[in-house]
Amino acid sequence: MGELYKRFGGGLGTVFLALVAAWLAGMVLAPNVMMIDYALRPNLPPADIGGPRDVYSLSNVLYLANEGVHRAIFFKTVWASALVAFVTLMVCYPLAYWLAQNATPNQTAIAILALTIPFWINEVLRTLAWYILLAFRGPLNAALLALGVIDEPVRWYGDGGVLAGMTYAYILFMLFPIYNAIESLEKSQIEAARDLGASVWRTHWRVVIPHAKAGIATGCVFTFMLAAGSYVAPALLGAPGSRWFTEIIYNWFFEGGDWNRGAAYALVLLVLCLTVVLVTLKIARVNLTDVAK
Amino acid sequence: MSAADRIMKGLFGVYFVAFFVYLFAPLAIMAAATFNTSRFPTVTPWQGTTLEWFNALAADRGMWDALWTSIVVAFFVVLVVLPIGTAAALVLTSLHARARSFLYAVMVSPLLTPGVVIGISTLVLWRQLGVGGGVFLIVLAQSSFIICYIMLMVAARLQRFDRTQEEAALGLGASKFMVFRRVILPFLKPALFAAGFLAVLQSIENYNTTLFVRGFDTPLTVYIATKVRTGLTPAVNALALIMVAVTIVGAVTYEVARRRSVARRANIEEEQRG
Repeated sequence: MGELYKRFGGGLGTVFLALVAAWLAGMVLAPNVMMIDYALRPNLPPADIGGPRDVYSLSNVLYLANEGVHRAIFFKTVWASALVAFVTLMVCYPLAYWLAQNATPNQTAIAILALTIPFWINEVLRTLAWYILLAFRGPLNAALLALGVIDEPVRWYGDGGVLAGMTYAYILFMLFPIYNAIESLEKSQIEAARDLGASVWRTHWRVVIPHAKAGIATGCVFTFMLAAGSYVAPALLGAPGSRWFTEIIYNWFFEGGDWNRGAAYALVLLVLCLTVVLVTLKIARVNLTDVAK
Repeated sequence: MSAADRIMKGLFGVYFVAFFVYLFAPLAIMAAATFNTSRFPTVTPWQGTTLEWFNALAADRGMWDALWTSIVVAFFVVLVVLPIGTAAALVLTSLHARARSFLYAVMVSPLLTPGVVIGISTLVLWRQLGVGGGVFLIVLAQSSFIICYIMLMVAARLQRFDRTQEEAALGLGASKFMVFRRVILPFLKPALFAAGFLAVLQSIENYNTTLFVRGFDTPLTVYIATKVRTGLTPAVNALALIMVAVTIVGAVTYEVARRRSVARRANIEEEQRG
């Protein structure tokens, strides 16, 4: 703090501190505290608020634990998000490796430009593109029918559609951290492994992947968090049988009319994401400072 | 080259093509469907080529209102995030190592929070204060995490700042305010432009957070998503096509400008050395 005042003087230093405090206290901390407060209180008619029944309890969280359908959707969201992260990793890893190790600088520049174009377009439109592609009478079914791969159209909306749309939406969040990590690997190490007789798989397993561990962990963590918190992909590409936890939360707020329960569900989602993020980073020994680049 | 190597190369080639088809086919189909007369946007079957969906888009009042709402939100988001993000970066770089890494973790935490949670927490706080959803809350909720990006971009630029410039200015009799205004801010200018641009994009594209705090206001992303449920026509594709086109032009321009500035910097360094 002293350094800040010494550098900018009392007036400016105070302005900067006030701005940062307004952000962290007013826009980050206070909303979250209020959400926790909501989550722990019962949903009461206005007359009872502040009355004897207005006490803190875990009943809203326990409601989630005891309500079979919601609980199942919660766990399904967790493992499906993990699956999204895994599939995205599989899709991105070879390209990230090629970009970092084999491509010429020019190829890398062009490929990165091509990769970023879909991501300048917003998530709703990207999902809409998949909505059109996967429609029952849409282009994908038409193409597969024409090729004779399938005999009758497939209903893609549902788990498969959500997986495809989410993987598509989060490619960059996976690709760039892995690319950055692999780029710092000396080519000579890969050559040494090969000269010593290691197969391609073994070289990746023993040399490249351990080196890129931090990047892989970062990519997986972001993809998981984005997938678990996504609303648009399950809403557009899902089916009644593939509901996502965020949709349940939305319903508590705007259809069920129980904000307290909705806040409790949101709190559970937040705790889940933070736990997964922090534990994964801890296991991969990644510093939080290196994550947000 | 051994047989195994050749197989690997072939496999990679197939994967490489498949990857870029996966990346662009959905967008290409979405764009192409704009020109099909079919009421539901698709390319199969092709019922006839038309430009009428652009007219339908132009006549869609709801879309224009939504676009305007998004622009208003983005404008205020930029006003909020640039000063705060810059202040955050300056505060962060003026701290000592321990305090810095703690504050850093706090400052990036909104990036690790799911978007829906940011929306919900903002909504419940302000309901308690008697303020309902709408443009005001959209701006606040979006800003709370967009500031993180601004802070990171400004902090990255500050790392390359030579503090002796500050000392020189002070030595020449400039006040601390003058140093900030005439030395630090001009140095940060390119980063601030890039950050402002990113903030606008982030704001306009946001959906997950906005959905919860929008109240009765309808920004563009919400409007498009609602259209999908209530009656999607290729007019939405026409909008998407325009956005894709603007994006590609923007991305290519940005890349060309970036390459030029890299080349210029390399030239200057060359001259200084030579």
